[in-house]
Amino acid sequence: MTGWLSRHAATAVGSLGRLVRQPFSSLMIILVIAVTLAIPASLSLVVRNAQSVSAGWDNALDFSVYLQRSVSEADARSLASLIEQRADVESVQLVTAAEALAEFREQSGFGEALDQLSENPLPHTLVVRPGSANTSQSIVLLQEELDNLPEAEAVQVDTEWVQRFHAILDILRQAIVIGAALLGVAIVVIIGNTIRLDIQNRREEIEVTKLIGASNAFVRRPFLWSGFWFGLLGGALAVGLVFYGLFLLEQPVARLAGLYRSGIVVMSLTAREALAVIGIGVALGLAGSWLAAARHMRRIEPR
Amino acid sequence: MIQLEEVTKRFPGGQEALAGLSLSVDKGEMVFVTGHSGAGKSTLLRLIALIERPTSGQVIVDGQNTSRVKRRKIPAYRRQIGMVFQDHKLLYDRTVFDNVALPLVIAGMSYREAGRRVRPALEHVDLLHKEKQNPATLSAGEQQRVGIARAVVSRPKLLIADEPTGNLDPDLSIEVMRMFRRFNEVGVTLLIASHDIALIDKLGCRRIELDAGRIATPNTDPDGWDDEGDWVTVAQSGEDPEL
Repeated sequence: MTGWLSRHAATAVGSLGRLVRQPFSSLMIILVIAVTLAIPASLSLVVRNAQSVSAGWDNALDFSVYLQRSVSEADARSLASLIEQRADVESVQLVTAAEALAEFREQSGFGEALDQLSENPLPHTLVVRPGSANTSQSIVLLQEELDNLPEAEAVQVDTEWVQRFHAILDILRQAIVIGAALLGVAIVVIIGNTIRLDIQNRREEIEVTKLIGASNAFVRRPFLWSGFWFGLLGGALAVGLVFYGLFLLEQPVARLAGLYRSGIVVMSLTAREALAVIGIGVALGLAGSWLAAARHMRRIEPR
Repeated sequence: MIQLEEVTKRFPGGQEALAGLSLSVDKGEMVFVTGHSGAGKSTLLRLIALIERPTSGQVIVDGQNTSRVKRRKIPAYRRQIGMVFQDHKLLYDRTVFDNVALPLVIAGMSYREAGRRVRPALEHVDLLHKEKQNPATLSAGEQQRVGIARAVVSRPKLLIADEPTGNLDPDLSIEVMRMFRRFNEVGVTLLIASHDIALIDKLGCRRIELDAGRIATPNTDPDGWDDEGDWVTVAQSGEDPEL
């Protein structure tokens, strides 16, 4: 057993030495693997961050209750404080018809046209911010209840786009999974092809080794180790690339968070995920070299 | 040690390298196979090394019928036989030491354990002082000695050599043959293909001459070495030769 281990260790070191002796071509392959692994890893990070940022939106989204035009400002004000006492409501802000018109005048540029109106066509509006303990169902209930108030004319909910956004993120996440699978196949092919060329270059050596009694397993072993190293180093470099990308994004995200006055924290790869990326690299490397070695090693026999 | 019974090897295309060849080599013998190129010397050795399979007939090596050695078992079979080649077939990406250690490493021996066997083998061929060099830096004679050390390092009972002196000048050839002789003296059976008849006759070993894939009959021997008395042709029936 220890003999077996030490022989494997010797082969592993030998294969690594071979990579080091061809630094340029080895680096190219490792870089290709790293980029191929880093693309889906970073895309899924982006999606996950988008999901976490938008996760709160569903429940904490403000909605507007437009009151009947007949409701006076004083009634509106007392209704607002009444609603605010509900457990599932965090706050209610009254936007009076006059305020709404002033804002509209300012933002729409229809100032002069509005002057032609004899009276304010806008109703008073309550902007309701639901409590954070709400689920999406309880928010729908809250909206229905408020819509049923005699003073209410209509409730306008803006969560539809959030749900669409989430649906898009879901699609994106699945697309990334499919894309990652395709890229995984690409890595297997790249490593397989590299190992195949290596086998062809070392054809004579393989023949000689077989001539003096080496089994297929013996001649295959160094190539499997090459695939292992390509996968390991490519995976490690991929993790490095992702972390470097996060480092580059740190400043812009902090600025964005400042603009929103919110504590947006970018979710990074966890240690387990980083290991998973490296592990996938190793698995793909082994798969590629195994396919190449199994296919070509048998054909090379001493002549 | 080696028995061939009515062995024919026909290549695709109909060319016959061996035509019903029968011969026998006893344990502890040192036997030369001679003949023109194309006479079937190499094919004979290749059948013994299981690089080729006979079209018909049987090759029995050390009691094993080679036709029963499955493809998967060929590596283990080859490890019992030492092989020396005209072109050395060394690996030039590693040291002399590593070349000689290779059969032991293949057999699963640890590197350190192998070292204890490699050094005596290198000492045998007088190359211990060059163990750390790359074989490419050695002369042809030295490279051939590395090849010989590699062939004997796992202490095979049988050693086959295909034109081991083909690329060497006469002095080096004699030296190589002396080495073979010494292995023979400690009990190794040797089967050596060679065309260096003058040298073979100096050694006084049995000589099997092949012609067109069968044992040459003395009167067809173009070199006229038929009556020297120090070699014996074997009857095509495959009887053991009498010396």
